[in-house]
Amino acid sequence: MNSDEMIKQDEKHLPDQIKKAMPILTIENLVVKFNLRGRSLSAIREASLSLYKGESLAIVGESGSGKSVFTKSLMGLLDANGWVDSGTIQYKTYDLAQFKKEKDWLKIRGKEIAMVFQDPMTSLNPLKTIGKQVREAVVKHQGLKGREATNAVYDILENVGIDAPRKRYNQYPFEFSGGMRQRVVIAIAVACKPEILICDEPTTALDVTIQAQIMELIGELQSKYGLTVIYITHDLGVVAHVADRVAVMYAGDIVEIGLSEEIFYDPRHPYTSALLASLPQLGIKGEPLYAIKGTPPNLFKKVEGDAFAFRNEKALKIDFVKRPPYFKISETHYAKTWLMDERAPKVDKPKIIELLNERSAK
Amino acid sequence: MKREKLLEVKDLTVAFGKRKNRFVAVDGVNFNIYKGETFGLVGESGSGKTTIGRAIMRINETDSGDIYFKGQKINGKIDKKLDREVIKNIQMIFQDPMASLNERAKVDYIVSEGLYNTKLYDDESDRKRKVEKALLSVGLLPEFASRFPHEFSGGQRQRIGIARTLVMKPELIIADEPISALDVSIRAQVINLMNDLKSTLGLTYLFIAHDLSVVRFISDRVAVIHKGQIVELAETEELYQNAVHPYTKGLLSAISMPDPKTEKNRQFEKYDKSMHHYEVEAPKWMEIRPEHWVLASDEEFERYKKALDGKVLNNR
Repeated sequence: MNSDEMIKQDEKHLPDQIKKAMPILTIENLVVKFNLRGRSLSAIREASLSLYKGESLAIVGESGSGKSVFTKSLMGLLDANGWVDSGTIQYKTYDLAQFKKEKDWLKIRGKEIAMVFQDPMTSLNPLKTIGKQVREAVVKHQGLKGREATNAVYDILENVGIDAPRKRYNQYPFEFSGGMRQRVVIAIAVACKPEILICDEPTTALDVTIQAQIMELIGELQSKYGLTVIYITHDLGVVAHVADRVAVMYAGDIVEIGLSEEIFYDPRHPYTSALLASLPQLGIKGEPLYAIKGTPPNLFKKVEGDAFAFRNEKALKIDFVKRPPYFKISETHYAKTWLMDERAPKVDKPKIIELLNERSAK
Repeated sequence: MKREKLLEVKDLTVAFGKRKNRFVAVDGVNFNIYKGETFGLVGESGSGKTTIGRAIMRINETDSGDIYFKGQKINGKIDKKLDREVIKNIQMIFQDPMASLNERAKVDYIVSEGLYNTKLYDDESDRKRKVEKALLSVGLLPEFASRFPHEFSGGQRQRIGIARTLVMKPELIIADEPISALDVSIRAQVINLMNDLKSTLGLTYLFIAHDLSVVRFISDRVAVIHKGQIVELAETEELYQNAVHPYTKGLLSAISMPDPKTEKNRQFEKYDKSMHHYEVEAPKWMEIRPEHWVLASDEEFERYKKALDGKVLNNR
């Protein structure tokens, strides 16, 4: 069965929490390439994904796995040397993969899909007051003017937890702390009234206690405005806290996708379990932590077979030859690994995953 | 068993600026680091944890208080010979391996820079041998000495940063957020390396970090710092299981676990400074249980003590 059919089946048998919602964004066999010094690099290799209305989906993976490129291609924010080579991105009536001109993207960017970037220091304009920056989004996307627009800005600032919005309106970004700045960035994104909010490592640059507050804020706004949220992160703790579904990305492909419980308690792809096992939260003191050996594959070359095979101690012969299709584990849980094939040898669950199961059973 | 105190910090205060602009970054901090242990220092950004590390390294001048290294006072004015010795014996690993290595120098020079400055080698072949040994001990090949930093990945660069400290044969290594700039999969490698080196070379670490789960895994004892003051200090598991100070509790409640079931119900405890009444009664640094210290007023101390009564440690 190929992955297209898989995804269609995916939609038919969904658990209750997602069943009511239809996919608002469907990505099929997306290929994104970059031109670098005369050579072409495939950053995304035939990745497919459906996003359902109202859910929180987390995309996890190490740096260079393509998770940022993947979401940037949804907003037409790829660098000048990058392009969508093939595949479709179906959003409402548009196929975003066909968009070429900046004019097309303006219909989508902000209004339909908005983004919160990692570093609030660099994503705000240091020369403009906070109020003006939020106001830009309100004027452009909600079509308000004058007093109305100003009032809308006050409301939004209050909604994202900024006290005394009237005073804060006229202040500059340098007068805000990191956490407060991130709130402003979120305010701008929400002021566009988007359908989908993409949060690219929203808390990595922040302190632990502030992190928790920002995650809480995004959650509140999600239910208030009925947003669909995509989190991009490498912090699996954050993922466990916020995500309904998790997609694991490796070398430009989604190697495993499932409900958050399925990914954490029953990971099937060796890369997923390796990622979990290397967390210090699960480590046993005095024993070495599990470390993934080697480096991700060179994407300038064509990747044969399973991209993770070279770093996988238990790789099968076929892993080096043929790319695995999605194997179905449950209605919502799919993994691209030959280990799921019925002919594959039985592999015990890694010890660390058993431990995690035990601990949560308590 | 009597443990040897390698480093003693007594009532350390570090302040920046003068008069009106005076800002006290570290305010009357006390702790000891014993030989062979990993001492974790956690706090939010701006809490002064890096300043403490830099004060020990003699990079920041201290305002008052003393720092003793193996019984000798090392802050303030000291003679040149002792200064040399301190530089050799206390080394630092920095946060960002991209920024802390000289882009224009080969690994060979980067690693041996400390040797050049202190003339700690007999001749050229001795220096080469020392560099080779340092590279091997962090899991890099000696051939890498002729390469430049940009040819390496983040994890490898951090290994070079560690090799450059090891070549000095230090006794104490101050690691300032050594893994927070690294990728998830590489973090584990660097943590393992640091633990291996600790046992094979008998190193002592001051591990400064904001990631509480990493500190729990790597440290023997942990101090929590808030706004320039250490609010609680205890052995790792004691602190993580039986914290008494509300700030520590708040910080611990913010740790996220890779476990969706418990994680979805996690409640974050917000720390509110106004719960203390320190204008009535100034807090003191007191030992609430053997080896478990907390900053509290007398009234709070009694309350914390009652809450702690009968609590035991669970094995993890």
